[in-house]
Amino acid sequence: MSKITIDPMTRIEGHLRVDIQEQDGVITEARCGGTMARGLELIFRGRDPRDIPILAQRICGVCPQVHATAASLAVDEAFGLKDQIPANGRLLRDIMLASNYLQSHILHFYHLSALDYVDVTAAARYDGDDPDLAAVSDFIGRGVLDPFVPRYEGDYRLSKEQNLAAVKHYVAALQVRRDCHEMLSIFGGKMPHQCAVAAGGVTTQVTLDKITSALTYAREAAEFIERCYLPDVLMLARAYPDCLEIGKGCSRFLSYGVFAAAAGKPLFAAGLTDEAGQWRAFSADKITEDVKNSYYADECDNLHPSAGQTVPAPAKPGAYSWLKAPRYDAEPCEVGPLARMMVTYAAGSPDVKGAVDVLCRKVGIQPAALNSTLGRHAARALEASILARKLQEWILKLQPGEPCVTKVEVPQQGRGAGLIDGPRGALGHWITIDGGKVANYQAVVPTTWNGSPRDSRGVPGPIEQALETQAIHDLDNPFEVVRTIRSFDPCLACAVHVARRKGSEVRIAQVCERPAPQ
Amino acid sequence: MASGEVNVVWLQAGACTGCSVSLLNSAHPSVKDLLIEQLLPGAHISLKYHTTLMAGQGVAAFRVLDEVPAGDFVLAMEGAIPENEPFCTVGWADGEEVTAMRKFLELAPRASVVLNIGTCSSFGGLPASAPNPGAYRSAKEVLDKHGIRTPFINVPGCPPHPDWVSSTLVDYMTHGGNASAVPVDALQRPLAVYGKLIHENCQRRSYFDEGKFAEKPGDPECLHKVGCKGPITYADCPIREWNNHLNWCVKAGGPCQGCTQPEFIDLTTPIYVALAEDRMPKIGAETTSGR
Repeated sequence: MSKITIDPMTRIEGHLRVDIQEQDGVITEARCGGTMARGLELIFRGRDPRDIPILAQRICGVCPQVHATAASLAVDEAFGLKDQIPANGRLLRDIMLASNYLQSHILHFYHLSALDYVDVTAAARYDGDDPDLAAVSDFIGRGVLDPFVPRYEGDYRLSKEQNLAAVKHYVAALQVRRDCHEMLSIFGGKMPHQCAVAAGGVTTQVTLDKITSALTYAREAAEFIERCYLPDVLMLARAYPDCLEIGKGCSRFLSYGVFAAAAGKPLFAAGLTDEAGQWRAFSADKITEDVKNSYYADECDNLHPSAGQTVPAPAKPGAYSWLKAPRYDAEPCEVGPLARMMVTYAAGSPDVKGAVDVLCRKVGIQPAALNSTLGRHAARALEASILARKLQEWILKLQPGEPCVTKVEVPQQGRGAGLIDGPRGALGHWITIDGGKVANYQAVVPTTWNGSPRDSRGVPGPIEQALETQAIHDLDNPFEVVRTIRSFDPCLACAVHVARRKGSEVRIAQVCERPAPQ
Repeated sequence: MASGEVNVVWLQAGACTGCSVSLLNSAHPSVKDLLIEQLLPGAHISLKYHTTLMAGQGVAAFRVLDEVPAGDFVLAMEGAIPENEPFCTVGWADGEEVTAMRKFLELAPRASVVLNIGTCSSFGGLPASAPNPGAYRSAKEVLDKHGIRTPFINVPGCPPHPDWVSSTLVDYMTHGGNASAVPVDALQRPLAVYGKLIHENCQRRSYFDEGKFAEKPGDPECLHKVGCKGPITYADCPIREWNNHLNWCVKAGGPCQGCTQPEFIDLTTPIYVALAEDRMPKIGAETTSGR
């Protein structure tokens, strides 16, 4: 029996430690913990509520756009403007969010995950004509291989030709993901942390040249996704078929729904699926937060977020995470692209159902097998492909010269919620305004769902479930562990960011502390 | 001119990773130039450590930090550094968590220069804003408190433009690795980037001079009355523009938020409220009588 600690867990967003107990080559227990907190909700309190869509992006520099979107929806509602946002503004928010979905998914596959499957050193002594591969070959020839070594050694299974193609796409994807940010910046001013999504809409002006330029970026991204990203995921699925059999999570999926403004109804549906794959409507009333294994006092346990309490207990026996354990109807839920594909498939959307069925036929699996380590990558790539096609239609719906933003007045009192799905999954922001200032702000983020600890019934969170009972073939190079963790695309800056020290007592609240009732 | 391998260790503390993502948006040089090819003829960046990009993880990755050659690496610092210990740990060694503070204090004295990437490490930024729950500090505050004399350069911005980072690296390299020779302002920011106010170069400056002001963000006129912080913010956004030189905040209808300044965010907010007259600079005062 041995214990493995992986810290820092790299190629994710933020600071994560993973502790694994192994016995006879099998993981018997897995525990994940976030290790950085800034206290942003506390910093937001007392400020002008109009500032929050701009400031809340700083929760995460990889997925800032969904935080800006959720915050603007919450503030719109609190200001009583929910039905007064100009059509161009609502459309632009979805277009900008979609642009960041594409950059995030491409970054996640090629630059955060691929190095677990692709052997960069295959490009050594490359003598062909491709300039990118020649550059990588020269780089290897200089003998200084950072940041591509050290790495886990052993289980790289692609042929030399496949490795070369993947390395070439790693380099190409650097530009494509950059282009996706340029597409967003056409409307947002800059990325990361654009300046244009605001209470009341989007502050930019729509012109024909912007539409033309964005359309070109969207088409080029769509081409890359069809020609490189999707085929590369399929290539990995064929070379690593066992990765379609490991990493099964909690098998219950949750989505808040997204891209309703652009698509007329959510392109990716809201709802849940259970273990049998049946779609059910989502009701925010059924969320509770369990703190049995979190650093919070027992009185916080098992409460609905609207009545939730956060009394930190850093010395609590048995606790091991600063994340609470959100549960829906007392069960953990997985969120993210796989969840969206599963929920939308179960809801019967013809676009998604057809695309999932085609993908599964190509891989030679049933849709249920997407609930796996490589299945999450396949779902993410498929989502990118569906979205990139839709994005071009949406850009053409923009009306040049029409308003994008409405004038806003800050109310003395107000409450609002913004529930939407981001690249990593279901995200909720809740704001309470009093005296014209932010009285309380809360965010429940995707990695809180996926990275949650065990609950009072002893049920582990989705990432923990995906790791437990998984075999480890080489304790010094536990590829299976990092492949499965990264398949969830964890984002820790999002998941833990409220903290306060008061005297000798450490008070840390995790972001799903006490959202206001809807 | 420095040549050969320029070692870079990139440490993340209380950060959102936005500075790293911004550097990934670098157009010329491209990320390929920065990571794989060369930044200057014969001079390559060797990115020894960056937790978002590096292949390795866990002990083997963390050990890289102990093996970088003393006096021969750039410590690129992203994020503010908390004094309150549980707020940020960056790895695991000898059976315990290693705090960002401890690792910074180990690395900074051995570095040839500390390059503060972004406003959080330069000035404290968002995590150090009131009520600063984690007691977050800028790198300068930590260096001063511990008497560490390693030279440092601030490249603030939330995030900084990738050109600001790459051009500062080039400036450092062309000065033969002598950080003290890089021309900087009183806040240790390279003058090449931060030498002028946003207000001095703004495309909407003529509206300001003519007293034509936007009534709400998104209107085409000068954004002074809806909160623009351009008159107190040093950076070259209006002439450089962002994301491959195609846009920037004011051009997209949003007021400058002052993100390169030490005042960000406590003294640059509310974002949409005009700067008080006594905070306006006197630049161009002779032409602003109509205001």
